[in-house]
Amino acid sequence: MVDSTVVLWGQTLAYTLYAIAIILVVGWVGWRLTKPGKGGGVKPALFFAFVAVLAVLGMSLHLITLKTIPWAEPDLHRDSVEVDRVFEIRVANHEFHLPAARLVINAGEKVRFEVASDDLTYGFGVFRPDHSMVFQMQVVPGHRNDVIWQFDKPGLYSIRSTEYSGPKGVGMTMADVLEVLEVK
Amino acid sequence: MSFTATLLNGDQGLFKPKTLTPMQKLTLRFVVVGLVYYAFALIEGMLMRIFEVQQVPFISTDQFFAMMTAHPLVGIFGSSYSIVFGAFLFLVPFLMKKPLWNYKLALWTFWLVAGGTLLFWTAGFLSHYAPLYTLYWPLPADFSQFGPVGGSFFILGIALVMLGTVFFVVNIFKTITYTPKGWDKQPAGALLGSALGLTAIKNFFRRKKTEHLVPVPVAAVARGSVDLALNSGIILFTGVLILVYMVAALLGGSLKDTAIDALLYKNWYWWGLDLIADGLVLIFVAGTWYLLATLITGKKLFMENIARAALLVELVVSWTVWSHHLLSDQAQPAILKVVSGEMVTAFELITQGLAFFITLATLWSARPLKMSNELKFLLGGLLGFGLGVPAGIIQADVGLNRILHNTQWVIGPHVHVAILVGLTMTLYAAIYILFPILTNGAKLYSQKLANVHFWAHLVGGIGMGAFMGMAGLKGMLRRTIYANSEFEVYMILAALCGGLLALAFLSFFINIVMSVGIKGVLGIFGRSDLDKDRLLPAGE
Repeated sequence: MVDSTVVLWGQTLAYTLYAIAIILVVGWVGWRLTKPGKGGGVKPALFFAFVAVLAVLGMSLHLITLKTIPWAEPDLHRDSVEVDRVFEIRVANHEFHLPAARLVINAGEKVRFEVASDDLTYGFGVFRPDHSMVFQMQVVPGHRNDVIWQFDKPGLYSIRSTEYSGPKGVGMTMADVLEVLEVK
Repeated sequence: MSFTATLLNGDQGLFKPKTLTPMQKLTLRFVVVGLVYYAFALIEGMLMRIFEVQQVPFISTDQFFAMMTAHPLVGIFGSSYSIVFGAFLFLVPFLMKKPLWNYKLALWTFWLVAGGTLLFWTAGFLSHYAPLYTLYWPLPADFSQFGPVGGSFFILGIALVMLGTVFFVVNIFKTITYTPKGWDKQPAGALLGSALGLTAIKNFFRRKKTEHLVPVPVAAVARGSVDLALNSGIILFTGVLILVYMVAALLGGSLKDTAIDALLYKNWYWWGLDLIADGLVLIFVAGTWYLLATLITGKKLFMENIARAALLVELVVSWTVWSHHLLSDQAQPAILKVVSGEMVTAFELITQGLAFFITLATLWSARPLKMSNELKFLLGGLLGFGLGVPAGIIQADVGLNRILHNTQWVIGPHVHVAILVGLTMTLYAAIYILFPILTNGAKLYSQKLANVHFWAHLVGGIGMGAFMGMAGLKGMLRRTIYANSEFEVYMILAALCGGLLALAFLSFFINIVMSVGIKGVLGIFGRSDLDKDRLLPAGE
């Protein structure tokens, strides 16, 4: 499966290029506004073409990500996805309660994380050793909170609450509690 | 004039508070209070920036989160609402060419917004009540972390702001539709239809177009005010709900917090809260862009009928996009995630892009233009939304939200760039253009300071958002503390850009004080003996 760092790299590249382009466009327009014009205004056709481009961009973004980001489509119908392993995790009083001291997964396995909260709204995020995020979800009390993930890179991962649950929630981190084993 | 004389009396002594009408004074009071609260938000923001770099001993964790709770609320309610309400309470009667419906009600709005903000800020500062603006249930009623006394005053302060907001909405709609004493009967229904955009929609299907009875900016104010009314209702209701739990706790009881479904509450609350971020802010900003573009150029708005219709579309869109805040909530129905969270939200790219284009096209038709302060700040505002809106559309995606939600990406390139660069620079453009009108011809003290204001704000705002965004893409969360300097480099760079924002505000503050003088600022708060039904003094 494509790693989330690859997706983020693609997004960074696309947005950076866009940001540079829009800064240059507004800067150029600002510069040209002070110069004499030819008298004619902007043609309506250009306006409608611009609106059409926006409409295509807005819609195609989601279609492209749905088909290219591997976790996007299965996430919308998780119940029908068959998984290799399920971990049931409870959260209460600003603490994660894991089913084992370390959650061990074989690389390439599909894992379902079922996280339930006994009190507040929390977050559940998995992080790499360099603190970058693999994925996250919200953990809402009284509801089923599950996410499916396929880990391809062996190594140790940490769990952290990604939602604010009051000042007591600051330390909700469990380092290296998720281990992905290489399959030979 | 000597420096001291200018500081006391303003540049060339041109600003004379005694010549101001009550409406001019009221508008200036709104602006002054709005700028004071902007300074509050700025100082809190800088303190948080410092804390993100180094956990300084004079800020405790509880204080940090109390600041994080108050910071956006002071920025939006205390600062932006004050400036926007002041400007619109002046501009709507100005553009409709009739007096404000009720001056006293406008005064009430001023005091309720100013006083309510001070109350909730003080309550948060003293009691460290910190459920953040999101108020995810049952955190606001978690009395193991927050005291109910401080919390009650905090919620009461917010409720006062909402009451002032309701008064503002009533005043706006009544001003548009009422018939002033001695006037011929005004067509209230037709005025309302034009203000809400029904006339523009009907015109699409009519061969003979109906004339618009209200100018485009007034139509934008009216439509944004619909969202204001709905949003105030939701926040007031939520506040009362939280207060019930607090009063019960104060009386020694304890209500079961599971009586409220956390996900239903989250949907309800985000529906209302999003009417600000994805509703009235975008609509008010579009209206202000249109007003600024027509005032700067003296020309008719490009594609005016479409601009009017788009404002109505934006209003309807704002009622249906809240689910993009719940894309990481797995119990949220998938259909809501896709339709409301992704598809309808993408419409904002179209409506805001359309406003962006129409404003630039209107300016383009009037070349050559002088690069005045209002024009450069307007361009800055356009750029802010040009950067901030697509950043929001990116995270409003089922796939990308899984790796972006609650990271610094959300709050940096999207929220701070849209608000600090987009909204705030638009408001500054409005302040610069209204300054001579509201002060009866006072002159700006220094153009150099205005230039510093512009460049430091633009570079600081975009830079801060960019470095926060880079940290977010590396996994840095937005609502936590990193004790081991994990993202230190990004946070130092973001803090330096925050310093530029502080420099920008200081330049603006000095420039305004030197323009009107300390006596002038104090004079704004004195009584005016002129007719309160007049917007400007006779002869202006």
